[in-house]
Amino acid sequence: MVAPQTEELRVEIAGLVDKLGPGRSSLIPILQDIKHRHRELDSETMQVVAEMLDIHPVEVYSVASFYAFLHGAPQGAHVIRLCGTLSCDFAGKDAVADALCDELGIGFGETTADGQVTLEWASCIGMCDQGPALLVDDEVRTRVTPDDARAIVAACRADEGRADA
Amino acid sequence: MSAQTIDSQGNALTYATIERDAGLRAALDMTRPDIIDAVSQSGLKGRGGAGFPTGMKWNFCAAEKGDLKYIICNADEGEPGTFKDRVILSRFADLVLEGMTIGGRAIGATLGIVYLRAEYTYLRPHLNEVIKERRKRGVLGTSIMGVEGFDFDIIVAMGAGAYVCGEETALIESLEGFRGEPRNRPPFPAVAGLLNNPTVVNNVETLASVAAIFAKGVDWFKAFGTDKSTGYKLFSVSGDCEKPGVYEFPWGITVAALLEEVGGEGAKAVQIGGASGVCVPAREFARRLAFEDIPTGGSVMVIGPQRDMLDVAENFLEFFVEESCGQCTPCRLGNPQMLKAVKLLKEGACPPKFLADVKALGQTMMVASKCGLGQTSPSAFLSILEHFGDEIHDRAPSA
Ligand SMILES: Cc1cc2nc3c(=O)[nH]c(=O)nc-3n(C[C@H](O)[C@H](O)[C@H](O)COP(=O)(O)O)c2cc1C
Ligand code: SF4
Repeated sequence: MVAPQTEELRVEIAGLVDKLGPGRSSLIPILQDIKHRHRELDSETMQVVAEMLDIHPVEVYSVASFYAFLHGAPQGAHVIRLCGTLSCDFAGKDAVADALCDELGIGFGETTADGQVTLEWASCIGMCDQGPALLVDDEVRTRVTPDDARAIVAACRADEGRADA
Repeated sequence: MSAQTIDSQGNALTYATIERDAGLRAALDMTRPDIIDAVSQSGLKGRGGAGFPTGMKWNFCAAEKGDLKYIICNADEGEPGTFKDRVILSRFADLVLEGMTIGGRAIGATLGIVYLRAEYTYLRPHLNEVIKERRKRGVLGTSIMGVEGFDFDIIVAMGAGAYVCGEETALIESLEGFRGEPRNRPPFPAVAGLLNNPTVVNNVETLASVAAIFAKGVDWFKAFGTDKSTGYKLFSVSGDCEKPGVYEFPWGITVAALLEEVGGEGAKAVQIGGASGVCVPAREFARRLAFEDIPTGGSVMVIGPQRDMLDVAENFLEFFVEESCGQCTPCRLGNPQMLKAVKLLKEGACPPKFLADVKALGQTMMVASKCGLGQTSPSAFLSILEHFGDEIHDRAPSA
């Protein structure tokens, strides 16, 4: 018997394939959509996607693991990505990083135990003239101070949905 | 949440004075070969970093047979210290789309794709709005501006967080649903690009410049810049200066003159061209930003006297270790070795033999790597070793 959540998943993915087309070039948009809504790409999902696009599951895994915004590991309800590049470094990203880690009680690459927030480093996010800069989900924050960082964490904690949803 | 447009400071940009649709209208009065000829005459070279002549690229693609061709706008802007494409897309998206449309006309493409980096997802609603509005206005879609048979549309595709996907063949792999691993070239995309069809890939700023050239004329454009580097260029200025932002200058400006404009006179070095660029020490500030001296996609990171040059090298190398696609050996293994050398130098504990070996390895990477990432990643490391030897080698061994 097929578990109900599997059936639901199949319907969701079939809908995406319908919308985006059954070709290989739909793979990344499909994964982006699922990742955006479910915050993770588990092996079952990747298998269903592979089956529906008629490619090997290893291919799906290999693509997902390549991209920083797609990797399979579960993420929190919100993802904070702090820019680690030189200009943000000069502008004081280390103090912001410390405040984020301290406030969240986790390190970079980790997710809080309650599943609310994931903290990651980002390569340059193109805000070099207004650093330190970070992304909260799809939204950009500039000239972030350690106090701002703490406020951003508090806002993420208080909010169940994604900032961009 | 609403779409964001985060603006940057800087000086006045010529793009703000270009009348919308004027370029496209002028181009549609010309034959296709004449359009390409005008781009060639303008001397426009790619603004994405590599500086390939745009007219020549278009010509290669136009010469290919086939009904299906593409023009891709490279909006992956991942080079550290670069943000001018973000500003152009926020403020002058129409000009970029217009440049794509002119390119589509010239090479015979029916579809344009903007490849937008995942980090700029907040710009996507804005771009889709502008596209929609252009369709409504009849400057995208079928029989554009009433020209029978000229059908061209544009869509936005999203990147997924990989610097290497800014490399044009990796970008195409990514659009096709694969890992963003650069291809061997030839064949070049102009011959066999997206889904094996002839494809032009151009930077955001290149395409905006095309629209400006057709709106104002080739001679107008050539009046800016130098003989070999015609026109003006946007520079993304950040780091230790008073007025960071996006600045427009004609090609040929000296590093010193640029620093004066942005309030960065006290710098001890400037990193030009991003992490993959070169580190220019103060004694060379009379050099010019131009294809014939220091070519660049426009990233200018000002490094103040208080900075440790090894921190700079370390920051860039961590970036390259993270972003190498791992496909070829020199790049996959070389970047971590350079990073190791920098860490040892910081501790005052780098054996001279090891340093010499890593330098040689860096030279090898520059010739033996498959794509521009591995070919350029040693450049900052090697130029910092060359110009800041005293600062680097005088460290006391750490306890
Ligand atoms: C690792 C790597 C990253 C690149 N990133 C970008 C980028 O983000 N934007 C861009 O326009 N070109 C980038 N390029 C250059 C492109 O391969 C290509 O030359 C450019 O898009 C061509 O457009 P242009 O001729 O208009 O400059 C990159 C190249 C390499 C090797
Ligand atoms: S040089 Fe580096 S990024 Fe380029 S193909 Fe080789 S491993 Fe990949």
